[in-house]
Amino acid sequence: METVTMTLVQHPELYLECYSVTPDLFAGKSLAEIADLPAHEGKIVWKLGDFFKFDGKSGATAAETRIIVNGDVHKMKRFGQQMTAGEILINSAADMYVGCWMRGGKITVKGNADAFLGIAMEGGEITVEGDATNHVGSAYRGDWRGMSGGLIRVKGKAGNDIGTAMTGGTIIIEGDAFIHVLTHADGGTVIIKGDVEGRVGGQMVKGDAYVLGKILYPLPGFKKVATVEKECDGQTYTFDQYIGDLGERKGKKKGEVIYGNIYLKA
Amino acid sequence: MPKVIENVGCPYCGCSCDDVRVTVSDDGKKVLEVENVCAIGTEIFKHGSSDHRIRKPRLRQPDGSMKDITYEEAIEWTAQHLYKAKKPLMYGFGSTNCEGQAAAARVMETAGGMLDNCATICHGPSFLAIFDNGYPTCTLGEVKNRADVIVYWGSNPAHAHPRHMSRYSIFPRGFFTGKGQKKRTVIVVDPRYTDTANVADIHLRVKQGHDYELFDAFRMVVNGHADDLPDVVADVPKEQILEVAEIMANARFGTTFFGMGLTHSDGRNHNIDIAISLTRDLNKVAKWTIMAMRGHYNIAGPGVVWSWTFGFPYCLDLTKKNYAHMNPGETSSVDMAMRDEVDMFINIGTDAGAHFPIPAVQHLKKHPWVTIDPSINMASEISDLHIPVCICGVDVGGVVYRMDNVPIQFRQVIDPQGLLDDETLLNKIADRLDELNAQGA
Repeated sequence: METVTMTLVQHPELYLECYSVTPDLFAGKSLAEIADLPAHEGKIVWKLGDFFKFDGKSGATAAETRIIVNGDVHKMKRFGQQMTAGEILINSAADMYVGCWMRGGKITVKGNADAFLGIAMEGGEITVEGDATNHVGSAYRGDWRGMSGGLIRVKGKAGNDIGTAMTGGTIIIEGDAFIHVLTHADGGTVIIKGDVEGRVGGQMVKGDAYVLGKILYPLPGFKKVATVEKECDGQTYTFDQYIGDLGERKGKKKGEVIYGNIYLKA
Repeated sequence: MPKVIENVGCPYCGCSCDDVRVTVSDDGKKVLEVENVCAIGTEIFKHGSSDHRIRKPRLRQPDGSMKDITYEEAIEWTAQHLYKAKKPLMYGFGSTNCEGQAAAARVMETAGGMLDNCATICHGPSFLAIFDNGYPTCTLGEVKNRADVIVYWGSNPAHAHPRHMSRYSIFPRGFFTGKGQKKRTVIVVDPRYTDTANVADIHLRVKQGHDYELFDAFRMVVNGHADDLPDVVADVPKEQILEVAEIMANARFGTTFFGMGLTHSDGRNHNIDIAISLTRDLNKVAKWTIMAMRGHYNIAGPGVVWSWTFGFPYCLDLTKKNYAHMNPGETSSVDMAMRDEVDMFINIGTDAGAHFPIPAVQHLKKHPWVTIDPSINMASEISDLHIPVCICGVDVGGVVYRMDNVPIQFRQVIDPQGLLDDETLLNKIADRLDELNAQGA
């Protein structure tokens, strides 16, 4: 695997849209060609080379390309948009839309990531070592298909709308979350290792939520049915199993009604 | 001889009453009397002929004072700053006509900026819920003529929409509702005992910020899971939930009117989202509709006009020039202002100075700020340039959309006396921008 290292030399005045920073667009290009890729700041179209210095070499394909981003890029959004393979390592905080519509590959953010982390993601892996905010792995506005595959791991806390309209894949929040986890979900798994304020599984058709901390305000639409032993992120715990959302439509499989599940650590 | 003008539209709240009678002086310059209108509407008509109105654009001078300038100078100043800005924002449109909103779309498309309306701090979450879940709605005429169960959820029309209850929902005698309020059941859901709750048959005192749980409980009852309901949900006892669910399920025609209580408590769009889901559930057993209590007389207008122009109703990002993008949270006015993401601000037909959070206003104030508004308000007093325009519905007519998205033709009642209307002003700015773009290309 070849590595391209991009180092910040100039901060944008407003916010910069780095939709060109993906292994797919870097692959097979010389450093001069990479520096020529566009980036929007409002209506002004800059080149990546106006803000970054490039070193190293890109691979022949996306899968053979690794991008390392150095410098404080917390005012830059859309890293890894729609990427299909390869790796991105961001050594600071990043702004919105990290890994949005991502289909494969791996992104690591060493600091915090802002809203819309991995929205409508289809595959691949995102790790955020700091906090995330709202709309982690959720759907784009008006879409009924949120995250459908892949893994998002946030080592800090997150805000609201975790996995809204999710249909597959896994989201792991190692800290606390605010409200709306798996709202409208039709599949997928969300693991919250801290506490949640409330609204876990509202309007959920199916899907699994694991909460290792507490749910401050549980929804009335969930009913406790059993106490089970289950594995969750490599460890086994005893959970109280709740099914729901009883107010939402439900599908049937082999004559059995399929419910969404909340596994709350007993 | 004073002249009486009939069927005039009122430029105040989302009711957009169109049965107002206005008496104007012989010379057409003074409003003498206003009938069929609430206290606030009366004041807007009276303000139209006030001696204190600003009639010339005012530009801030280096010493901080404001100096009168001509419209031509104001148009040049605005066009030059729009041309220079990387990411200008135009926000407002609570109080303009659709013609002005269409001209604003032209300006911001030409300038390559952000375009947003007051929904962003009001019923924007309702739009997001409607995107997600549909909008089983009706017109206010249908409510008047058919509805026998009315729910006001998180809204207080007694104060915010003064003629809503008397003209459309509770009191009027319609085609199938000949007995008026005697045959209507009114349910108010609000954490406070409001003046609207005072006229309700049932008041559900929901715990503040927990409407979502109460909606979930109603959906459980409608979907046959009443037995699994906890004894109390969001401070409302189970018996009361079952009683209200029974009334809802037996309605001949029910309407839920929702307001800021849902759109501006935690969860925002999801509160509306689940209200729409409940409406859908209720339609299995009865006829139910839902409607947003839109605030201003034409705040539904930009949603309609920009949807047919760009495909999105608010929070528009037109910086890419060849396609529009929208994602509230990123492209919404308050979020951009809080993040200091715009470098010019045009406040039109609203008062961002009064409505935005203080840190947002502080960020916006660092950059050129233009206010286009007939009145003196907090935004006009802190702006670099204040351009006075006609009051829609008083000095100029035009099309407006009522809260139920019904278009209504508003009328001009007095002479504008030299003031430009929004459409003319904005088109002149767009013309000048076209020239600057052509020179720059």
